[in-house]
Amino acid sequence: MAAQAQKANAPSRELLEKLFRTAYKIRVFESEGIKLYRQGLIRGYFHPYLGQEGIATGVCAALQEGDFIASTHRGHGHCIAWGADVKRMVAELLQKETGYCRGYGGSMHIADIRAGNLGANGIVGAGTPLGVGAALANQIKGNDAVTVTFSTDGASNNGTFLESLNLAAIWNLSYVLVVENNQYAVSTRIEESTRDVDLYKRGLAIGVESHQVDGNDSLAVYHLMQDAVEKCRRGEGPILIEAKTYRHMGHHVNDPGKYMPADTLAYYKERDPVDRARNALVEIVGLDQAEIEAIENEIKQEFEDAVEFSKASREITLAEFNEFVEAY
Amino acid sequence: MAREIMYRDALREAIDEEMERDSTVFIIGEGIAERGGSYKVTEGLLSKYGPKRVRDTPIAEAGMIGVGVGAAIAGARPIVEILYIDFAMLGMDMIVNQAAKFRLMTGGDGRVPFVMRTQGGTGGGVAAQHSQSLEALFYHIPGLKVVMPSTPADAKGLLKYALRQPDPVMFLEHKHLYMTKGLVPDGEHVIEFGKGDIKRPGKDVTLIAWSNMIPRTLEAAERLAAEGIDAEVIDPRTLVPLDKDMILGSVAKTNRAVIVQEAVRRGGVASDIASIIQEEAFYQLDAPIEIVAGLNIPIPFNLELEKASVPQVDDIVLAVRRTLHSKPLAQAAE
Repeated sequence: MAAQAQKANAPSRELLEKLFRTAYKIRVFESEGIKLYRQGLIRGYFHPYLGQEGIATGVCAALQEGDFIASTHRGHGHCIAWGADVKRMVAELLQKETGYCRGYGGSMHIADIRAGNLGANGIVGAGTPLGVGAALANQIKGNDAVTVTFSTDGASNNGTFLESLNLAAIWNLSYVLVVENNQYAVSTRIEESTRDVDLYKRGLAIGVESHQVDGNDSLAVYHLMQDAVEKCRRGEGPILIEAKTYRHMGHHVNDPGKYMPADTLAYYKERDPVDRARNALVEIVGLDQAEIEAIENEIKQEFEDAVEFSKASREITLAEFNEFVEAY
Repeated sequence: MAREIMYRDALREAIDEEMERDSTVFIIGEGIAERGGSYKVTEGLLSKYGPKRVRDTPIAEAGMIGVGVGAAIAGARPIVEILYIDFAMLGMDMIVNQAAKFRLMTGGDGRVPFVMRTQGGTGGGVAAQHSQSLEALFYHIPGLKVVMPSTPADAKGLLKYALRQPDPVMFLEHKHLYMTKGLVPDGEHVIEFGKGDIKRPGKDVTLIAWSNMIPRTLEAAERLAAEGIDAEVIDPRTLVPLDKDMILGSVAKTNRAVIVQEAVRRGGVASDIASIIQEEAFYQLDAPIEIVAGLNIPIPFNLELEKASVPQVDDIVLAVRRTLHSKPLAQAAE
């Protein structure tokens, strides 16, 4: 009986494979994207999500079509987890007309408003009020959509963090504020930024149901998020989820991250979210090495195809730009 | 037919009619629901449309402007009322970095039909943090529409249009105008952006003004008429987009221009309009363009000093006389 009950509660292969595929796709996108950056194919800023994949993966797996997300400046992972087309993402980074923003936005501004992705944001903390606004729009339209803002420990000390969450609270919005606590605001340690490093308490202080989770465990994030989404759809939002994590490198590709202590980095790399998602698939579902490799090769191929697609795409013309200037 | 109503009532009619027409229009602000707003613009809307679409907010301008922008991106039509334009400064990131740029950053896919209603200008002793005229800040930012109605009819027609078009609108009212009266046409009354209005036709000099400087400029024009000077008074009504054709057409006729703004002189919209006129109509000018503007100073509390800080009717009259008595440029060159 006990074994049967355990089996009934065990996560499905479908779910675990979805989590691994998403986390691995983000890993490939960021690792290969950094190579393209080093080759000079990508310009501007590039803030990798390496090490944090478990959060976007777990959160987005609990959402459905019609929901909304707002992202951070470290936004590639959220887009991928949300189901973005890797071709159009790479094309955007390569400033091509086929990119999500036709080359007008770049890494920090990838958005797909038609799919409910309000976009990454170059201003730390800006996604919080924008996400609450989307939740308000959905409440006024009378649908049951849930809106998620991916926020950060860095953004949590910005005034709009409190202002927005408080508005969501007084209006009972279907809103989940996911605070990715990677413990650094660019290079400043969280201990230097705030007295109490448990950021979920910020929500409790204003009467918002709040939780803390290991952000490197995509399955745990998923379960918590699934519960939060159900509550929101029942009108019991908003909810705050603090997900603890750690970057695998500096703030952006040109930041060596020397301020990150080696032992802490090693600690988190041992708890790598992609490895954990892969291990779950092996240990719980019993996938063998060949099956794992098949999934990984498929994802790597998708990225390579996206690079070829992007290289072959054209850039926006000055004539098209001038039309935009006239209309703006 | 038309009715004579107050500016604040015209604004309320616009909001009411658009809320009736479009169920995604809603309004948030401080004390706007049960209290009906500091200037009574939103009186009665709560009982008609309910607490879902008419909401009071905490005092959190950055948050409420940002929430309005987010709601607009997600497909609703928010009106965010900010009590004083001075307080909008707390929400500048959301206006400048988010609302104004979203359309470009998304390659044209994302639109932000967000309307921020607020009021500015001097109002009889409310001092430096409640008296500013800050339209130039928004005028400077590509992507924002800047609307400054001077009459009840314009207030209604422009606000209705603001709630139908797709871009972020800074709808800037004036605290001195709320209780002024004017004729507002019956029935559907919508005014497209970018269309100025000739508030007084004339042939000798073009006076360009907006918002609360319109009644003052019209008063100056009447005094000048007594001196035999026939001034044309143009109200662009929207600074972005600007009705350049109307301004240049009038200058081509009068050959003289005086621009009047309540805002401080430095870096103002008047300077930009002067630059447009000199660039596009230089050879039609018979005199240097005059700008009558506020002093480069925060507004003092003392009433006499407040008056000294912003253009008065006398200042406008004197500027017009200077313009008319200066020699035509062609003669001066001889």
